[in-house]
Amino acid sequence: MLRDIGASSIDDLFAIIPEEYRVKGDLAIPRQMGESEIVDHFKAAAAKNANGYASFLGAGVYRHYRPVIIDTIVQRGEFLTSYTPYQAEITQGTLQAIFEFQTMICELTGMDIANASMYDGSTAAPEAVMMAMRVTGRDGVVVARTVHPEYREVMHTYAQHREVSSGVAAVEVGYGPDGSPHAGRVDLAALEAAVTDETACVLVQSPNFFGVIEDVAAIAEIAHKKGALLVVAVAEAVSLGIVRPPVEADVVIMEAQSFGVAPSFGGPFCGVIAAKEKYVRQMPGRLVGQTTDKQGRRGFVLTLSTREQHIRREKATSNICTNQALVALMATVFMTVYGKEGIKELALHNLAKADYAAKTLGAHGTLLFGRSPRFNEFVLQTEEAPEWMNARLLEQKIIGGVALKRWYPELGNATLWCATELTTREQIDAAAGWWRRLRRLLWCGRKEISPQRTRRAQRTLEWAQEDRKME
Amino acid sequence: MTAETEKFVGTTRKVTAHLTQNEGLSFEKSAPGKKAYRLAELDVPAVDAASLLGDLAREDTGTLPELSEIEIIRHFTRLSTWNYAIDLGMYPLGSCTMKYNPRVNEFVSRLEGIAEAHPYQPEELSQGSLGILRLLQKCLLEITGMEAITLQPAAGAHGEFTGILLARAYHQAKGNPRKDVIIPDSAHGTNPATAAICGYEVINFKSNARGGIDVEALAAAVNEETAALMLTNPSTIGVFENEIHKIADILHAKGALLYMDGANMNALCGKTRPGDFGVDVMHLNLHKTFSTPHGGGGPGSGPVACKKILEPFLPVPVVEEGKDGMLHLNYDRPQTVGRVRAFYGNFGMFVRALAYILANGPDGLRQTTEDAVLNANYIRKKLEDLYELPYTTPSMHEVVFSDRRQLRNGVRTGDIAKRLIDYGFHPYTVSFPLIVPGALMIEPTESESREELDLFVDAMRQIAREVEENPEVVLEAPHSTRVSRLDETTAARKPVLRWRSRQ
Amino acid sequence: MAYPTNYRYTREHEWIDVSGKTATVGITDHAQDSLGDIVFVELPKVGDKVEKGKVFGSVESVKAVSDLYSPATGTVTAINEELTTAPEKINADAHAAWIMKIELSDPKEIDSLLTAADYEAYAKEETGH
Repeated sequence: MLRDIGASSIDDLFAIIPEEYRVKGDLAIPRQMGESEIVDHFKAAAAKNANGYASFLGAGVYRHYRPVIIDTIVQRGEFLTSYTPYQAEITQGTLQAIFEFQTMICELTGMDIANASMYDGSTAAPEAVMMAMRVTGRDGVVVARTVHPEYREVMHTYAQHREVSSGVAAVEVGYGPDGSPHAGRVDLAALEAAVTDETACVLVQSPNFFGVIEDVAAIAEIAHKKGALLVVAVAEAVSLGIVRPPVEADVVIMEAQSFGVAPSFGGPFCGVIAAKEKYVRQMPGRLVGQTTDKQGRRGFVLTLSTREQHIRREKATSNICTNQALVALMATVFMTVYGKEGIKELALHNLAKADYAAKTLGAHGTLLFGRSPRFNEFVLQTEEAPEWMNARLLEQKIIGGVALKRWYPELGNATLWCATELTTREQIDAAAGWWRRLRRLLWCGRKEISPQRTRRAQRTLEWAQEDRKME
Repeated sequence: MTAETEKFVGTTRKVTAHLTQNEGLSFEKSAPGKKAYRLAELDVPAVDAASLLGDLAREDTGTLPELSEIEIIRHFTRLSTWNYAIDLGMYPLGSCTMKYNPRVNEFVSRLEGIAEAHPYQPEELSQGSLGILRLLQKCLLEITGMEAITLQPAAGAHGEFTGILLARAYHQAKGNPRKDVIIPDSAHGTNPATAAICGYEVINFKSNARGGIDVEALAAAVNEETAALMLTNPSTIGVFENEIHKIADILHAKGALLYMDGANMNALCGKTRPGDFGVDVMHLNLHKTFSTPHGGGGPGSGPVACKKILEPFLPVPVVEEGKDGMLHLNYDRPQTVGRVRAFYGNFGMFVRALAYILANGPDGLRQTTEDAVLNANYIRKKLEDLYELPYTTPSMHEVVFSDRRQLRNGVRTGDIAKRLIDYGFHPYTVSFPLIVPGALMIEPTESESREELDLFVDAMRQIAREVEENPEVVLEAPHSTRVSRLDETTAARKPVLRWRSRQ
Repeated sequence: MAYPTNYRYTREHEWIDVSGKTATVGITDHAQDSLGDIVFVELPKVGDKVEKGKVFGSVESVKAVSDLYSPATGTVTAINEELTTAPEKINADAHAAWIMKIELSDPKEIDSLLTAADYEAYAKEETGH
């Protein structure tokens, strides 16, 4: 081939790179590995992660069963190794699948239109907020503190360099304390006070970060009264099977990870933006539309692309270029497998497991916001530090709830627990049993936690473990 | 024989017509009562949604389809056969680096301990995941010659956003965030869109006759309000900026930064390093250079590497090695620009990219780059007599032709692209970069054998002849696909973005 | 297509038809021809202030967006709502399918715009490239 080109050596082809910037010798990276070595390398890594643990983690990433055919389908090379469907004639498979995805997302969220997907839920949030700013011509944002803390952080990152007429990019609104009428939900009075004529949108999440379902209708009324849009985030997509969809919202953003996507240490996931039809020209991201070919046959194309960066450049609705097509396909297969009845049945199982877990575990602590409606997560308040409790649970191969102190210092020792259809009664009972034992031990030693007492507690714990083994 | 039938129509050596199955939308096939799932037996007391949720309980889940499992498998399998893919043949989309996606990468990303890892799992139970992050970071830093890195951005454009935020934070820390970002007219559309989102004015910069940066014009354009130059190197016409260091010097003299769009890193890996030639901050596309699958348009992954001066501003958290030898996530970074995404990025893509790097090693990465450049130059040599080469500067990993000669017969780049489909290839990138009117942007990548390249060359040569002798056949292409050219005008005028039951 | 001689034209390809203090604005046949099938028109709002040479809206084809520049300064008094559902009217007859009507602040501004003959020559020159 070199001869065909008329080059004498491969180095001729790199002659344009100035000599002093050429790499001499090898890069200092691991040597070339055989396929079996690569597999061994990652198996060793996998072994250093949690294996064989019962997990009560949720908080934006949910463990749901992933029907086997999802992987069968997405591993087909025609889906896996295809590019963005710019050439519609030879990408009808991807295009039709996305069209089905957009339709099902509309059906589940109660919106008129949905895009072909976004990076994830956290980045869909600022994209929806910027969309609301374009629609309203305003630049203030009111965000509920019950929105996933990392979503809020991402939103602040996006907002920090915008010049905002009100001087404040985002105002946060708190939640009602335990026992109040809006326990663990958006404080409606505070919201009413925060929304002004300069507010572009109100952003809430439902079910919110505590697992509590927000009063979307009441929130919408407050937002709309001032001409602001309402953006509702859904982080746990399975909830839509049993929780009334946020139809009063103007824009719904969603994290579709729950629909057949592995937790995979936080990504790749699948964000979604859905909205009322009148906002279609302000939507970010790709959209697939139906049309016909010259012979009148139905086909699908990427459409309304003048909104996007490759045409509008610096005036685009967003700089987003890709979507998460393959992950959206996973979600599409998931929604097709469960279908109209299955999604409801699945959501109902989640509701039942979380209800049982909340009651069982709640017997040994305080169930915060216990009277507010919730889906598959709940908050437990204890007098003991969650770090200590969780460390002891880990010894039993149980991963307890996420400590909330990091984001909500006012909640002290509270932890956020999640139970899905995959959480078994045995796991819940085991966790509750250990939780009870640990609290009893601590209670014995509370008056004075001397090293001696701690050691004694530790010994008692070991005996208890022995007991358990013999059971 | 009439003159009409004597017109030349090429022979498609790579493909032959075959049957494909028709398939409606899943909703159209749905029938009440069909099921493809069975849940595990409920081992806790059943609950009544209405009593737990009151009026927040949902009654109707809308028109989700109801199908059996085999119907679902067939549905999606049939759809899949309507797609072209790398697994079927060469996919020469310029600037997209459509290389082979090794299947071992897919396998390892699905290992249970990796796929099931929850991002809030305790650190001591995440050492495997953190180790993957750490090793990939080290490898990417070595490959780019940079000094610090974040893997958090979810795609290339997201990486650009992060990189420009770093630049902004850096200038801000010195007292003035500055006003402008200079972007050559050959750049990807994401560059100006990114600069605008980060609050910068875009200064469009005209490429010179070689399709590169005119150093003197740049010197005149850069001033104390210039935050950065966003440069793609090699450029979108596949040309290496050989005065790159002068460019960096001009920027640095005014306190501005050099941002490199790493979209074309497949031309550089193992041969030269951006960190060595003056780049301050850059993003990588793991889905291009490092072979993670494009998946029909994502997921991508866009790590951002930078010099030490920008390190304090990196998104949180960053992975650090503790004195105990354990890896930790550090959130305590007072100067951070904040998070750009929840959790730690598209982790599943890191696993695949790292597997690719391990499979290649230093010698493999170098060989890959050499083969990619060799393949592009081979195509250039084999087609330059028939297609206009607007820039004769040496090509790296991609070559850009124009449709000037074919336009005399009324045939444009988009038509040639559609005709290429009939020959069994995915089209090249059409009408980009914008500095070449009627561009044909071809990037073969290292994955293609000489045999496949020859088939491609043959197809392109036959199409050139068709343009001369029988332009209608090109203008009406494709002829062999399930659907012919689709009516994009009606799609945009009267958008139908979802199926409705009473259509 | 003939360029009405009672209209005046901009180098950004808008036409303006002045009658006293009010004027009607649209895009030229040459503009619609180079854009191709128009799929969307972004209209201003009634009551908006527009400024000579500044953007007041945009027209879109499938793969391109073109900003609209106001030929004169004034206040929008009417917009052609029909274009929101039937943007193809511009392709059919660009010189009849008006986009907005404005109340002129300074009718003298019009004098600096191109005449039909000047514009036609200008458009021809542009196509030549």
